[in-house]
Amino acid sequence: MVEQEGIQRYLAHVVLWIGIAIVAFPVYLAFIASTQDNAVIANGQMSLLPGGHFLETYYQTIFVGTSGSTREPVGSMMLNSLIMATLIAVGKIAISIISAYAIVYFRFPFRMAIFWVIFITLMLPVEVRIYPTYKIVADLHLLDSYAGLSLPLIASATATLLFRQFFMTVPDELLEASRIDGAGPFRFFWDTLLPLSRTNMAALFVILFILGWNQYLWPLLITTRDDMQTIQIGIRKMITTTDALTEWPIVMATAVLAMLPPVFVVVVMQRLFVRGLVETEK
Amino acid sequence: MANVTLRDVRKAYPNGFEAIKGVDVDVADGQFCVLVGPSGCGKSTLLRMVAGLETITSGEIDIGGRIVNQIEPADRDIAMVFQNYALYPHMSVYNNMAYGLRNRGMAKPEIDTRVQEAARVLELTPMLERKPRQLSGGQRQRVAMGRAIVRQPKVFLFDEPLSNLDAKLRIAMRVEIRKLQRRLKTTSIYVTHDQLEAMTLADILVVMNAGQVEQIGNPLDIYQKPATTFVAAFIGAPPMNLLPLRDAGLQLQGASGEAGILGIRPEDFQVSNGAVPSGGVALGLTVEAIERVGAETYVYGLRAQRDGEAAVSAKPGELPPGEILIRVPGQTGPAIGERITVAAPRDKLHLFSADGRQRIAL
Repeated sequence: MVEQEGIQRYLAHVVLWIGIAIVAFPVYLAFIASTQDNAVIANGQMSLLPGGHFLETYYQTIFVGTSGSTREPVGSMMLNSLIMATLIAVGKIAISIISAYAIVYFRFPFRMAIFWVIFITLMLPVEVRIYPTYKIVADLHLLDSYAGLSLPLIASATATLLFRQFFMTVPDELLEASRIDGAGPFRFFWDTLLPLSRTNMAALFVILFILGWNQYLWPLLITTRDDMQTIQIGIRKMITTTDALTEWPIVMATAVLAMLPPVFVVVVMQRLFVRGLVETEK
Repeated sequence: MANVTLRDVRKAYPNGFEAIKGVDVDVADGQFCVLVGPSGCGKSTLLRMVAGLETITSGEIDIGGRIVNQIEPADRDIAMVFQNYALYPHMSVYNNMAYGLRNRGMAKPEIDTRVQEAARVLELTPMLERKPRQLSGGQRQRVAMGRAIVRQPKVFLFDEPLSNLDAKLRIAMRVEIRKLQRRLKTTSIYVTHDQLEAMTLADILVVMNAGQVEQIGNPLDIYQKPATTFVAAFIGAPPMNLLPLRDAGLQLQGASGEAGILGIRPEDFQVSNGAVPSGGVALGLTVEAIERVGAETYVYGLRAQRDGEAAVSAKPGELPPGEILIRVPGQTGPAIGERITVAAPRDKLHLFSADGRQRIAL
């Protein structure tokens, strides 16, 4: 790293602090708003210091819900989102690590053709194939279910390619040593390849969990029941109220709560993630 | 305990390339066999065929009286040490050694006994709980050996196991491998491109070139009587000098005219005062370069070349045509640019046919 002198160094810090302020201020504002009284927010008199309604607002948000449009408490929305995001992340990792294993380590007819088919699906995200996907899910009676929320989002070319690249860096001798040690294809996968992929899986989990957590269009389409609603949909519904005042403290509390699981995942996985990037030796 | 027999073993790749062109080797029970040759000669492929990691196109491989052509590597009762060790990075030293035994369904106490015993022999006991990345190169090498030993296989296979170590450690490990093999009396096949390793380790040495066996035998026999110019140039460092017979100014009884290649090892030359030993060879050289390695001195001399002289081809380690290398004990040698005469006695000469494929008795 280049050690900078005097003024340059301070300048760098000033720039960094400005950047942090730009990112952090809206988050701070959301938190402050969630602790204020709704009437204060509505007449534009909101202070920049925390108000006194923290406990009651968060209690109402998590366990009761708004008195207006969505009667679901945020607690159950978060649970839905959590289940969906986890299913998507775990499902994507499971499917793609297995398909990458097949593509890298097995010789079968049309191996490369299959690889390219997987590759091409990169060009077909959910938004592009939304109608046929919806039709299939509807015909399978998976609307308003966790399976319907997560299954169509599980197939992942990106993760398959990532694991493929990683497997190709694993020395062949490791496979050969396993063969001599009497490990079949399954044992080699389970005993050697999976533990070696641990850091890759952690990194992918972080990315995919956040991707799943932030899904908006797909849950909006296939969930109609309030109790299957995810938090991203819930926030949106809370804001549009027809004939009542938007309950901003609750909306803001929901936004703050919606941020927490991704932050938690990043913080928990960070060490494993960074170690995966630093540790080059295999 | 087993012998290994290779009968007319061949390997051809789908693109038509023939990596192994018919190899016959017999390794008796408990012998240490070394396959040596330049890179790309097929020695590693041959070893991997014995291990079962490469398919055999034709021929037979027999381990302990059983044809193993169609048998999985795990069931051939072999253990292999790889060049890059191929230790499982996520397992402790203990588990690295125990893994193969567990896969065979061996009982826990028996596994523990074997691993502890191997660790004791290889002085790995204090590091059993460490991961491979916490070990030095030499220690990893020993773990790889340990993984082979605990299996108590019929045959050890070594694929250039020392080439990732530094020079000092390589010599130490070489001696250790030899001692270990002597004690365990397990048949071993060892692949290397280092002729010094080959000479020091082998009971039988197999010199390979371009997918074929050039010569099989006791290392010293091969050193003293190389069968081809290839073997002559490959075994022994610095390599043997090879020159067209007609340039040697030598009248050899029994040798036909001027065709043929004469080989003389650098250490068999002596700087002479012009006297030619009876029946021997004397060459006039201009000293071009001198290398002093301490115990001895290498002198590179350029021989006066005749017009239109054909270069003798003898890869690898071939000297440029007309250049002769001699090895003088001690640190004193001629000066650069000096003209000297060197001579070699008749019993130190090697004579080969013109194509270098055949040794001619002198």
